[in-house]
Amino acid sequence: MKYDIILCGVGGQGGISVSVVIARAAMAEGLQVKQSEVHGMSQRGGEVLAHLRISDGTIASPTIPLGSASLVLAFEPLEALRYLPWLAAGGSVIAAAEPIRNIADYPDLGAIHAALKALPRSLLIDADRIAKEAGNARAANMVLVGAAARHLPLKAASLEAAIVELFSRKGEAVVAANMKAFEAGRGL
Amino acid sequence: MDNQMLMGDEAIALGALHAGLSAAFAYPGTPSTEIMETLQEIASREGGFVAQWCSNEKTAFESALGASYAGRRTMVSMKHVGLNVAADPFINSALLKINGGLVVVVADDPGMHSSQDEQDSRWYADFARVPCLEPADSQEAYDMAREAFELSEKNACPVMLRIVTRLAHGRSAVVFGPRLPQNPVSKAGDRWGWNLMPSVARRLWKDLLAKYERIRGENDATSAIEPGSADLAVVTTGLALQYYRENEGDLATKPSHLHISRYPIPHGALRELASRSKRILVLEEGYPFVERYLRGILSTPIPISGKESGEVPATGELTPDNIRPALGLPARQGLAPSSLVPPGRPPQLCAGCPHGDSFSFLTEALEGHQVFAVNADIGCYTLGALPPYNAVETVVEMGASFGMARGASEAGLRPAVGVIGDSTFYHSGIPNLVDAVSHGTNVKFLILDNATTGMTGAQPTIMPSERLRAIALAVGVGSDHVHVVRAHRTEHEANVALLKRELDHMGVSVIIAFRECIEALKKARKA
Repeated sequence: MKYDIILCGVGGQGGISVSVVIARAAMAEGLQVKQSEVHGMSQRGGEVLAHLRISDGTIASPTIPLGSASLVLAFEPLEALRYLPWLAAGGSVIAAAEPIRNIADYPDLGAIHAALKALPRSLLIDADRIAKEAGNARAANMVLVGAAARHLPLKAASLEAAIVELFSRKGEAVVAANMKAFEAGRGL
Repeated sequence: MDNQMLMGDEAIALGALHAGLSAAFAYPGTPSTEIMETLQEIASREGGFVAQWCSNEKTAFESALGASYAGRRTMVSMKHVGLNVAADPFINSALLKINGGLVVVVADDPGMHSSQDEQDSRWYADFARVPCLEPADSQEAYDMAREAFELSEKNACPVMLRIVTRLAHGRSAVVFGPRLPQNPVSKAGDRWGWNLMPSVARRLWKDLLAKYERIRGENDATSAIEPGSADLAVVTTGLALQYYRENEGDLATKPSHLHISRYPIPHGALRELASRSKRILVLEEGYPFVERYLRGILSTPIPISGKESGEVPATGELTPDNIRPALGLPARQGLAPSSLVPPGRPPQLCAGCPHGDSFSFLTEALEGHQVFAVNADIGCYTLGALPPYNAVETVVEMGASFGMARGASEAGLRPAVGVIGDSTFYHSGIPNLVDAVSHGTNVKFLILDNATTGMTGAQPTIMPSERLRAIALAVGVGSDHVHVVRAHRTEHEANVALLKRELDHMGVSVIIAFRECIEALKKARKA
């Protein structure tokens, strides 16, 4: 079994937390994990990309080869379009629908949504709205983890345990809000 | 705490700590920053060792030298261009009879994710005749950090640990070894092993060359060739091993393979590999270092491919895909790119960043001047070169702003404004300020003081903000021409007027535009 995930978004969206949650859940299930992210300049409102690789065997490259990703998990719809060449033939795209328009030439949102919906396996999610309804506008990233849960080769309980572990030092309220966002995402 | 998922940087910090580290020194620089951050986080909880940010990489290195002289295990970490700053102590330290283990971690940034060049630190190691270890995952990073201290003390020389961005910021599982006790303080016994006056240095240089060849022999002895087809031999170094392994299964016949992770380059192993092969492909992250070396050590030349020959891309990072043509493999097919081509999303100053307000008043104050120079520096404010500011003209290396503005002015290009951040000012700005004062240059220095090292994740600046004004006065800038202003849009008109007045002053002016970094404030509130 191997499962490669492209995580993408814009600096400051909490993509690294998502990567940590999925990676910890996979480790807890005894799987091998490699993760690659880039810090620094690109985090200043630029595009942010992390590669997450899960396998029951040895993983070589820290980055995902083209045409190999089982999932593109995007925190922003335009960013999802950027990484399609990494997606495997049977792979899926799960993307937040809400744009971050911090560039002058941001394309028409309708056209972006249409391009994503035209893919064989894609899911567009109002992650911000759902997170707000779950009680924490900042937990949109956990809505996406929830939506990805049924695709991932991991038990929901492992993901829940990883969310608790990641947020526990921030207090019970933060854990509960993130868990609620995760559950809301699972229901989609 | 065993079997952790660690970044390469974290693994190195812990490897050093478990090897009995007593003192670590560094200046922040992506992708090396998290090494010191990890050590400081542990030091704040446990104590028992020193983990300090320094003014620059040179001072950090010199502190490490002192710690080694005292007999303790010490580490200095930096990004690749930091080694340019520390090159003097680095190259000269190779001649010393190192006492406590001295490990130099240098993080190269192929692909220039957050840097101004792609320089390959293995050339520095070889230039200085310093042994170098190059890990291929977090476990090796941990193990090699430990090994580097052993190697350093056994051979009485500094040891470089060379990593790259994908290793520094890649996470994989690490199993820890036992934690060793620290060395006691025990001053270097041989005083003439630490004095590089020429008569002594001549002897030490001979010793070093002999030492270097001895270590090369050891690297030969531990090199293992994986046998395979005689048609193609593949040499990998560092992370290139992983990209090769990713593709190995697609090859019809398995090439013979030699992985190099310890330098000096094992000549014997490479000659042996060449003697069994018709052709050699070299895969290495960085410059064609092994490839070029290889061309010089074979008595019977065979075709050698790599970056220099053009089969492997000479710029940017290796990927599991861009080495496939060199291996004779077809491109992998993913989904077709979207017909809607996503525009790039360049990094930008954060909303509410004080630097934005500083660039606004700088630009307006310069309006009406036909010619001028705005020489800036390395940091978040580099982004002032991009729209909507378009204010920054030059960005070269740490400290170049002040020096270039001074030189431009002396050459007749005026007004000349040097723009530097507070942390970069402490790193390399002060000597240029001294030059300007000593020659009475007509130059304007704008210090963007956000009280942090922003781009690398908001490490505290080495001195408090009040000290900047005192330093300008202390080196002799006239007190009428040192100003502290608030970098905020509400002060815009006043700041424009002040800067315009100073542009008319014929000597050195220092304007400190202060406002705290938005990100650092957020981080402080979260903590």
